[in-house]
Amino acid sequence: MNGHRSVALALTLVAALVCALGVRMASAQEQEIPPKQRWSFAGPFGLYDPQQLQRGFKIYREVCSSCHSLKLLAFRNLADAGGPGFTEAQAATIAATFQVTAGPNDQGEMFQRPGKIADYFPPPFPNDQAARNANGGALPPDMSVLAKARSVERGFPWFIFDAFTQYQEDGPDYIHAILNGYEEPPAGFTLPPGAQYNKYFPGHAIGMPKPLSDGQVEYTDGTPTTVDQYGRDVAAFLMWAAEPKLDERKRLGFQVFVFLIVLTGLLYFTKKRVWHEVLHQS
Amino acid sequence: MSANSVYKPQHPFMQWLERRLPIASLVYSSFIVYPTPRNLNYWWTFGGILTFMLGAQMVTGIVLAMHYTPHVDLAFNSVESIMRDVNYGWLLRYLHANGAAFFFVAVYAHIARGMYYGSYKDPREVLWILGVILFLLMVVTGFMGYVLPWGQMSFWAATVITNLFSAIPGVGDPIVTWLWGGYAVGNPTLNRFYSLHYLLPFVIAGVVVLHVWALHMVGQNNPTGVEPKTEKDTVAFTPYATIKDGFFIGVFCLFFAWFVFYIPNYLGHSDNYIPANPGQTPTHIVPEWYYLPFYAILRAIPSKLLGVIALLASIVLLAFLPWLDTSRVRSANYRPLYRQFLFVFFLVVIGLGYLGSQPPEGGYVIAARILTAYYFIFLLIILPLLGLFETTKPLPNSISESVLHKGLAAGASPPSGVKV
Repeated sequence: MNGHRSVALALTLVAALVCALGVRMASAQEQEIPPKQRWSFAGPFGLYDPQQLQRGFKIYREVCSSCHSLKLLAFRNLADAGGPGFTEAQAATIAATFQVTAGPNDQGEMFQRPGKIADYFPPPFPNDQAARNANGGALPPDMSVLAKARSVERGFPWFIFDAFTQYQEDGPDYIHAILNGYEEPPAGFTLPPGAQYNKYFPGHAIGMPKPLSDGQVEYTDGTPTTVDQYGRDVAAFLMWAAEPKLDERKRLGFQVFVFLIVLTGLLYFTKKRVWHEVLHQS
Repeated sequence: MSANSVYKPQHPFMQWLERRLPIASLVYSSFIVYPTPRNLNYWWTFGGILTFMLGAQMVTGIVLAMHYTPHVDLAFNSVESIMRDVNYGWLLRYLHANGAAFFFVAVYAHIARGMYYGSYKDPREVLWILGVILFLLMVVTGFMGYVLPWGQMSFWAATVITNLFSAIPGVGDPIVTWLWGGYAVGNPTLNRFYSLHYLLPFVIAGVVVLHVWALHMVGQNNPTGVEPKTEKDTVAFTPYATIKDGFFIGVFCLFFAWFVFYIPNYLGHSDNYIPANPGQTPTHIVPEWYYLPFYAILRAIPSKLLGVIALLASIVLLAFLPWLDTSRVRSANYRPLYRQFLFVFFLVVIGLGYLGSQPPEGGYVIAARILTAYYFIFLLIILPLLGLFETTKPLPNSISESVLHKGLAAGASPPSGVKV
């Protein structure tokens, strides 16, 4: 019997070894890992920081919005609970600074008018072809769910720990890293025409020119005006754009946990009571 | 524990109804006095959990369907509008998407329990086969549901999986065109997947009724694998099983809530937040985690046709377990060798799951081939032979004896007759 046991054990060992070998071979071509940032919205009680979202929105508006659309967001969302904390009047004022295509009017013509609070953020280009044409063939992605559409390959065993530590911020980490990842290409690296070298971009040749530099966007609240800070603020804003109900979700989550723990506890003691007789009779 | 007491309606209306539709006595005999072995452990609560999850998926799914638009140009944004503009839409969608994953967590635990305790053996073969059919239906339903948000992974998963049918010699390509409703995955494909995704859960519910019916014909297996012999071996379904199931559904929901409220996108793929683009293939197309072991088996085999056959065989073979396993002893507790090989089998399935998530190159392919080989060798060679050569441990005479013996051995309870 011991012989068979060792056969089974040996089989498991071989399988484990082969798996480990596979991992080794695959990790040969490694990519630079975006450094983890501190996010106010991380963890079970983490919520958005409205001040940070407002700063991030300022960066989107002054920098990103010239190429990137934000199609799924309406101006009214800026005044939603758990968001940047603008008042409805402020959101309406912001909307009025954008020109929106409306119509057709009674003559059948489309026309431009200042945005209203119910309007969605107008895209910078009328269509993808125009966007590509203006950006050297590269399409600037829509930013509505961008923070959830980008991730960092975590690999074994980290992805298992992430389930316990609730690490869900790899998207914002990646966005922050990209904005801070522009550098001179290393010797021997040939960039395709029109591309820039970015340490964190897959393949390193990114179509987007370095969008932010220190002091470019003015902050009125004394926050440092560095690319590092800009990156964090705009990534936080994009996370909110992608997951606007995060605050509500975590608040409700806590209530659900309290309820479930109490309910499960009561069920446990009821079960114990009901089964007591069965377990202690012969 | 008066297990064989019969339902006697007291109220005049219930007496009237009983003579016309004896539904009350059916419920009474099936879910109240129905005898269940007294030694069931928590692995037996997954049947209840699965029923709960099926109900939860149906409720959240029906409400989601009220807001979803099955059209290639609108589907992605309609899901986003559910997340943003529908009251608690984010909650419904996260419950439904993570609910599918937890449905599979429960079904894998349920299948593993069946394999460990030999629950498929005579007289429970039909019960088991119905279970394999349910699993297949779940796989199909889950896959079609994953396509509906119409993100990049949705689209490319649909393309890869439907293309598997093109491996069928001769009629492969016409079949794929017929499945797509066109010459590529497109709007007709999305529409029929939506229709079927709504239909199949009701088919599942129907087969669940058969599954439960078969269960009530043959009774539950138990950790000893010895059939209940006297009334002392069983307890009534209510309150004993209901309260135990209820408690464990609570525990399960705690895990479920952890994912829904705190890491709702952990089990998904970030590429599915990119709208479907037929012109751009993602670097790695990976299915949802619960299909990864089968995906690894598919890719482990160099020939497409043989790969598809292996993929199908890996699930269909499970239906033949009652005959592949030749041992007369049910529970792995009394089968030391089977137990070892089975644990290796479970590890192999987990290993295949990991390999399915990795690119099919280099060492990963070799590892996947070795693990795939073990998967089939276990089912086709080890299982039939083990039954012939294995020396099993002596079985207890009855469930009561095993319960009592266990208590005495552990020193947990005093000799019989003394109440604590």
